Amino acid sequence: MEELIKVKNLNLFFGSKHILKSINMSIYKKSVTAVIGPSGCGKSTYLRCFNRMNDYNGAKIDGEIMLDGEDINSKNTDVTKLRMKVGMVFQKPNPFAKSIFENVAFGLKIHGKLKTYEIENRVEESLKSVWLWDEVKDRLKESALLLSGGQQQRLCMARALATNPEIVLLDEPTSALDPNSTRKIEDLCLELKGKVTILIVTHNIAQAARISDYTAFLYLGELIEYNETKLIFTVPKDKKTEEYISGKFG
Amino acid sequence: MKTKEFLFKYVSFLAASLSILFLLGIILSIFKEGIPLFKEINVFDFIFGRRWHPTDEPPDFGILSLIIGSISVTIGALIVGVPLGVGSAIYVSEIASSNAKEILKPFIEILAGIPSVIYGLFGMNILAPIVRKIFNIPIGLNIFSTSIILGIMIIPFVSSLSEDALRSVSKDVREASYALGANRIETIFKVIVPAALPGIIASIILGFGRAIGETMVVLMVSGGTATIPSSIFSPVRPMTSAIASEMGETVKGSLHFQALYGIAIVLLIITLLSNLLMQWFVSREKNEKKIY
Repeated sequence: MEELIKVKNLNLFFGSKHILKSINMSIYKKSVTAVIGPSGCGKSTYLRCFNRMNDYNGAKIDGEIMLDGEDINSKNTDVTKLRMKVGMVFQKPNPFAKSIFENVAFGLKIHGKLKTYEIENRVEESLKSVWLWDEVKDRLKESALLLSGGQQQRLCMARALATNPEIVLLDEPTSALDPNSTRKIEDLCLELKGKVTILIVTHNIAQAARISDYTAFLYLGELIEYNETKLIFTVPKDKKTEEYISGKFG
Repeated sequence: MKTKEFLFKYVSFLAASLSILFLLGIILSIFKEGIPLFKEINVFDFIFGRRWHPTDEPPDFGILSLIIGSISVTIGALIVGVPLGVGSAIYVSEIASSNAKEILKPFIEILAGIPSVIYGLFGMNILAPIVRKIFNIPIGLNIFSTSIILGIMIIPFVSSLSEDALRSVSKDVREASYALGANRIETIFKVIVPAALPGIIASIILGFGRAIGETMVVLMVSGGTATIPSSIFSPVRPMTSAIASEMGETVKGSLHFQALYGIAIVLLIITLLSNLLMQWFVSREKNEKKIY
């Protein structure tokens, strides 16, 4: 498998608290990689390293995250461009108080000088790719807040996909959704990985088993084990991993 | 214990219902005094009449110049107060460090606590002479000076309600904007302000209500001439100042007396409507928040 991102000796501190401890890991192109672990293990913080969302909360980071041959933590990184390449979907659906169309077009309009018809095409493409187009094509001008929770979350995925990112970060994207909507998001991940790399944080072990190709088990800020999902769930090497996936703690 | 609870429940209910009673009482009595006027003067002539000469013989009771006086200083106040109020709300809620916020907020709030007669004094004796000199006009007591003073007066009202609206925009939406590559300015103006817009509009309507109802400042600073203004440097006589300054000279039950109540009815209707409109915007904002 081809490597998209290489994390080298990543450490993250909040003040004197050591949150992420010397993480080394590769993320492979066009696959789904799941990060699992108990609450408070640092998995959301870890995810936020990939699009520099920790810039705002006073975190101190050292180590490298190499994407396309550049360290994203370098001072020269253009954060706006980085976030065009690295999309993100959050725990709770968080559409803007704008129309469905404007939500999806937001990133495109921020980044640049696309013509109106190009934006329209990209919006349609993105909405189609999350299976939302048929549900909303007649009401693109309506407020996105009128959609159901599951639809809103797929809209947020479309919004993240609109700028054609190389990787999409999903931060427990189904934790606020009902089982049907959850199922749809999971199916969507499997469908999308043909086009885009997916890194998903989940507290739902079964979800990781269902949709991911690789699984990373994070515990108290340390990467305990990282391997192909089928191996992690059948022959885990570490005792902690085995205990966690078998539900002994969590 | 039971009786205590029982008593407390009904005493507090009484307190709450008293305010409704007061409101109804005020509205009823104002209508009762004002309505007889319209047996003598047609409503249309009253509202659109250009001449307000209540003590002439025969008198004229056209309040158009008073309405225009009120509206011109109110619009002026909004032009001054809304950018400053909304701007300071954006600064306090989105940009200021917590230190700057702690210093700034009390100052803005103190503005709300200054008695309006002090604003009036300042406008009359300090601002008006300056305005007169700068623009080289015969009187400094005019729409322009009044607008500035009223504008400063409404800043804290616009600012605090706008700030509430901005702060209640959820953190999730801000993060979504950053994650799409927007910077802070883009996030503020393309995401947060639009999301808070119903609340900001409500704050503007609140400012409108404060400005159009303000009496002491306009009495002292607006110049008091009951004519239709020809420029922003014309003196005017807003509705509130006409009521306050003339009521003392009228004979109870006279046409002039009733006409002042007629003005009060117009004023009351304008402020009640603006209140309803504001509440509609506030509830709309709450409804949208629920979906998040």
